[in-house]
Amino acid sequence: MIRIENVSFRHRTVPILSDITLTIDKGGVVALVGPNGAGKSTLLSLVARLQPLQMGNIQIDGLPVDATPGRQLARVVAILRQDTTVASRLTVRELVSFGRFPHGRGRLSAADHAIVDAALARFDLADLAGRFIETLSGGQRQRALVAMAFAQGTDYLLLDEPLNNLDMYYARELMRALRAAADENGKTVVIVLHDINQASAHADRIVAMKGGRILADGAPCDILTPDMLEVVFGLRAPVETIGGKPFVLHQL
Amino acid sequence: MTAALSTSSWRAKAAAGLGLAALFAVSLAVGVSPLPPGRVLSDPDALQLLLVSRLPRTLAAVLSGAGLAIAGLIMQTLSRNRFVEPATAGTAQSAELGILLVTLFFPAASLPVKTLLAAGAALAGTSVFLATAQRLPPAQPYLVPLFGIVYGGVIGAAATYAAWQADLLQFLSVWTNGDFSGVLRGRYELLWIAALMVAAAFLVADRLTIMALGREASIGLGIDYARMMQIGLVIVSVITALSVVVVGMIPFVGLAVPNIVSRLMGDNVRGTLGWVAAGGAGLVLACDIAGRLIRYPYEIPVGTVMGVAGGAIFLWLLFRRGGHG
Amino acid sequence: MADRRLLALAAAALLSALAFLLIGLKGNIAFVLELRLLKLAALMQVGVAIAISTVIFQTVTGNRILTPSVMGLDALYLFGQMLMVFLLGGVGYVSLDPQVKFAVEVMVLMVLASGLLLPMLKRRLDMGLMLLAGVVFGVLFRSLYSLLARLIDPNDFAVAQTASFANFNAVRTDLLAFAAVVTVLAAVLAWRARHVLDVVSLGPEAATGLGVNWAASVTGLLLLVSALVAVSTALVGPVAFFGLLVAALAERLVVTRRHARLLPAAALTGITVLVGGQTLFQHGFGSATALGVVIEFFGGLVFLLLLVLGSRS
Repeated sequence: MIRIENVSFRHRTVPILSDITLTIDKGGVVALVGPNGAGKSTLLSLVARLQPLQMGNIQIDGLPVDATPGRQLARVVAILRQDTTVASRLTVRELVSFGRFPHGRGRLSAADHAIVDAALARFDLADLAGRFIETLSGGQRQRALVAMAFAQGTDYLLLDEPLNNLDMYYARELMRALRAAADENGKTVVIVLHDINQASAHADRIVAMKGGRILADGAPCDILTPDMLEVVFGLRAPVETIGGKPFVLHQL
Repeated sequence: MTAALSTSSWRAKAAAGLGLAALFAVSLAVGVSPLPPGRVLSDPDALQLLLVSRLPRTLAAVLSGAGLAIAGLIMQTLSRNRFVEPATAGTAQSAELGILLVTLFFPAASLPVKTLLAAGAALAGTSVFLATAQRLPPAQPYLVPLFGIVYGGVIGAAATYAAWQADLLQFLSVWTNGDFSGVLRGRYELLWIAALMVAAAFLVADRLTIMALGREASIGLGIDYARMMQIGLVIVSVITALSVVVVGMIPFVGLAVPNIVSRLMGDNVRGTLGWVAAGGAGLVLACDIAGRLIRYPYEIPVGTVMGVAGGAIFLWLLFRRGGHG
Repeated sequence: MADRRLLALAAAALLSALAFLLIGLKGNIAFVLELRLLKLAALMQVGVAIAISTVIFQTVTGNRILTPSVMGLDALYLFGQMLMVFLLGGVGYVSLDPQVKFAVEVMVLMVLASGLLLPMLKRRLDMGLMLLAGVVFGVLFRSLYSLLARLIDPNDFAVAQTASFANFNAVRTDLLAFAAVVTVLAAVLAWRARHVLDVVSLGPEAATGLGVNWAASVTGLLLLVSALVAVSTALVGPVAFFGLLVAALAERLVVTRRHARLLPAAALTGITVLVGGQTLFQHGFGSATALGVVIEFFGGLVFLLLLVLGSRS
């Protein structure tokens, strides 16, 4: 369980997050949505202790993120930031293998190799395993980074807009893979999404943020309503239900 | 496929080892007094020459070359910029200023103490560089080394001014321009500490690869980013200070070798560290041998030879890369 | 407003020149005065040459933190000089008339500089890449210079040292007359090109659109810069950041990039800083030889400041 209590955060004098309290239960896919500047990425990076907490508490499975050794946390939670760039000349397999670093400190056991292979297969990277990262397209690179976070083998996976750079096909494939990881392996996936319809299609729960606060929190059918969309995104758009799931026709 | 790969890499390793051994042997044989291999065992004078001068000189070249190349690799990892090395980040210049000030104020201090203080100055200077370099926009990677070169130039100007006032310019030029001609038994042994630093780099090889992915990826994988930064800086500063104090600064080694190795075999530090160390040793040895031969029997300092050879390699790297866009 | 500032700058330049000539004047006054006049003429030339060449170079490259010496031009001059010694042999070189020698050196630099820089300007490389390449060219040429120097005279260990910093105390007065011709000619040409320079500063597309032949103008301006760099380097030696200091100061003072103002302002600032600084160092603190190093130090700081501030905005 991820327990976020009364978390506030400022950048210099600008408030980014104001008194956020949120509990995320183990298992399932939780999507964070909201307009630009809502504080989604900041919240995610605070949970992943990439930035120091200024106010409030965050615990993952009872471990306070600001007081637990980094290595121990790295076996519980993995994060992929939105703007991760790989300038190193590493092959896809090498990069994904570094996801196992928190476990063996660089020594890869047979089990580690199996996990790396599974991650490569799950994100359709087996054919690219020997290629250098710099030779990949943006979407392939993005998948390699997600595979690395996945290979970390943590119960909690935090992903910040992982669908960037992905075409329609791979965006859906990635969401399905994450869904499968939650359903089959009991993973908890917390994902910042730009495309609210992806959230509706694949997430169990949607948390809508705006201006550093949580405005709404619930199942997709509760969040994707014309009224709620107007409150969160400031736009009125029709919502249609297809296969029992609500979709926003925001292009109309 | 794995078997084929390991065979070819075994072959490459053997070839590199042989090449290095050949350079080592040539370095032992080349000098003003002829030293035919056959006489070493029979002639005590020849043996003396070998043990007192040639062997220490050759070892000094190997140690400083390997050390500086590793220092360059670590600098590039920590700054996440391929064009940074001790000579382009103010590290060497800070070490020079440091040892100059020690010589000025505590002339009686022993060489290890002086080296230690020079390493401290190098550490401070490099920390300032890295802290400032992080403020430069990441979209313009060439600004970082440019900043570093001018930053080093400013520190160097301060050192020159101080040396001028104190009439120590002769000393300063010894530290700024690498030269192995003065290396004798008893005067280079401090450089073995550089070998220890290289060994330390091997211990943290995987962590260095991850550091190159950036702060957030490192923390996400459970690495104590700040501490690794300190460890890396200490290794770089100690190696640079040792080189400056014992043989004088040699530019471009830390730049050319890691870049070429990265191009040939990637950036997985665990796999490339040995190649970088061997490449640095080989490059410096080759330049020193060239410096002894170009104007035989006179010597051209290795710093000058490397300035030409390394500068040409650097420009080649720069424009090959620039050409790709 | 700007005119008044130009006048004030001219007054400052005049004052520093008078101070340089008159402070501590004693002994054989006529002799000392003549010596000082010669030196003053040299310093003024150097100040003007560096200031104008830097302003033009910054305009052509469209970069405010570039100077000819940051791009290694002065090192290139020294290298060309040493190359001539190497090719002609020491004796053949010494027997040449110094003025002829200098004229040949100026031309060698013009050829080398255009061969090196024009392709870079044409390809319109990333400015940071160009800067870095220039700095490395500088190191390369300095190393080549000392390599050649040692090949010519292996015992001359002083060579490398003298090449690294300018010495404003020991000017080559024998080249003064010829250098003066080059400087004045270049200054006049620069002045006549002041409006073209304004257009060039807009960049190649805009300049071409306004009817300026880009390639021809840039080539001509670069040759002008090469000649000026040759003058200053021949007279006092290499100065890396002095031009940057002067150009930055001048632009702050006249608050414009229009060359009708900027060129004279930079020239006057160059004279003031150089002559005033030398006066201070001769009569005030420190040794007279140290001005070059001090200018490098502060010029370098200005460079770093511009780099960090400029990239943040």
